[in-house]
Amino acid sequence: MAKVTIPIGPQHPALKEPACFTITLSGEQITEVDMRLGYNHRGVEKACEERTYLQDIYLLERVCGICSHAHSSAFVQAVEEIAALEVPKRGLYIRTIIGELERIHSHLLWLGVAGHEIGFDTLLMYSWRDREVVMELLARISGNRVNYAMNTFGGVRRDLTPDLCAEILAAVDILEERTKYYIGVVMEEVTLIQRLSGVGYLSHEDAVARGAVGPTGRASEIASDTRKDDPYAAYPYLDFHTVTDNHCDVYGRALVRVGELMQTYKILRQLVQELPDGPIVVKAPRKIPAGEALSRYEAPRGEDVYYVKANGTDKPERVKVRAPTLANLASVAKMMENNYLADVPIILAAIDPCFSCTDRMIETLNMDSRAGRLTDFRQLRQFSINWYKKRGLDFTALNKKLILKQDS
Amino acid sequence: MKKPGKMLSEVLKSLFKKPATLRYPYIKEKMPKNFRGLINFIQEKCIGCKICMRDCPANVINIIKIADKKFEAEFKNDQCLFCAQCVESCPRDTLEVTPEYELATLDRSSLKVRYHAKPDAETKTEPQVEIK
Repeated sequence: MAKVTIPIGPQHPALKEPACFTITLSGEQITEVDMRLGYNHRGVEKACEERTYLQDIYLLERVCGICSHAHSSAFVQAVEEIAALEVPKRGLYIRTIIGELERIHSHLLWLGVAGHEIGFDTLLMYSWRDREVVMELLARISGNRVNYAMNTFGGVRRDLTPDLCAEILAAVDILEERTKYYIGVVMEEVTLIQRLSGVGYLSHEDAVARGAVGPTGRASEIASDTRKDDPYAAYPYLDFHTVTDNHCDVYGRALVRVGELMQTYKILRQLVQELPDGPIVVKAPRKIPAGEALSRYEAPRGEDVYYVKANGTDKPERVKVRAPTLANLASVAKMMENNYLADVPIILAAIDPCFSCTDRMIETLNMDSRAGRLTDFRQLRQFSINWYKKRGLDFTALNKKLILKQDS
Repeated sequence: MKKPGKMLSEVLKSLFKKPATLRYPYIKEKMPKNFRGLINFIQEKCIGCKICMRDCPANVINIIKIADKKFEAEFKNDQCLFCAQCVESCPRDTLEVTPEYELATLDRSSLKVRYHAKPDAETKTEPQVEIK
């Protein structure tokens, strides 16, 4: 059968964000997938180097809209490690409470999106309605529904009152009951099971070889969870278990996520009931001593990795962000192989992709040959100078002035 | 035996429930206490330390000295992230969060607010739009 190559993206109704998938089809079956990212490059890492540490918290919080607390926590943890700050236990507990509430809202969002991608919009409507419970709770605790701005160096910015603790427990009761209902839906609704079973198969060996993280990896029986493997914040004091599944397909990923929700309620109850007294924050210096640190955080989508290098000033020398989607994208190509074209949206949605969080580099491609080209910083600079010269802007005089200033 | 239509009873029950959404422009949701909305500047309290200016991640705030121990503030609210770090950084409680969230406008310049020094016999200064 003749092979047909079709592009999905950069702009496509099935995609929520721009990314380009070049899919080779044999009939309706996918034989080969090639993907290209880089449409969402925002230069966050470079922007971090030009802002102070405190400003970077709010910048990095905006790397992702859904797991904003995960990104800021991972960054704050790395800086706290460099500055050797001892965060009070109450601060750690509150940070973990927000992180777990965020996990609830992310997983419920995913459940709705997955339902939407397979045409089961009833599930979308109801799971998003129930998600409002946790969104409103987060607004009451932190002052906003997304981008909670709770983290600061040495602890958290806002304390929990006994009233809020009671509200969290009440909300957890409601959500637990609703999640039990959704578990019933996922386990019993025959249309959902038949639509998702066997779709996007990723064997355990492939998942290990391609470094799948988070619920994607756990659905292929990789029992890796940063909260267990490398406990941070309040997780060393908590009792919970890692949810894994042996279905290895999209159905398994749905089961892992709803199963994780039940664990999250268990964690939240422990956190609120054992919330220690004391201060929530210690004073952090504005200038962070020289040093480097790597921080890992289990975001709702998987492991989030931050590398921070400090040089003794109030601005970081280097911040590196590895969002969980990047680790899972390698698996997507494998998942799509031998599946039908119509399964592309749900396979992609099953890793809960976030391309804006992932984009850390752009590649220049030659329009004719589609060949990639590496450009070093000097060439890039020359290119920009020529680009401006063509448009009548000459920086030669300004450059000379700058060099003279640097020399003197 | 597993049958399709697991959510059917839930859907039918919803027919007799109130809608989960609000009729927004007519009915507005009350914001929670400590909601991080528009930032208000209380001009009399400002000592001009400019810590808010330094900490603001979006360069929204500009504190201008107009006379001895008298400071005015210029807010570019179209750039504001509403993180309220300035409120926390301020040593004199000059800045406060308000529950105001309906800031959509067709004219971007209307979001540039200058808090003038002479209030109209009120404790709180009323923001006045600087027309250029």
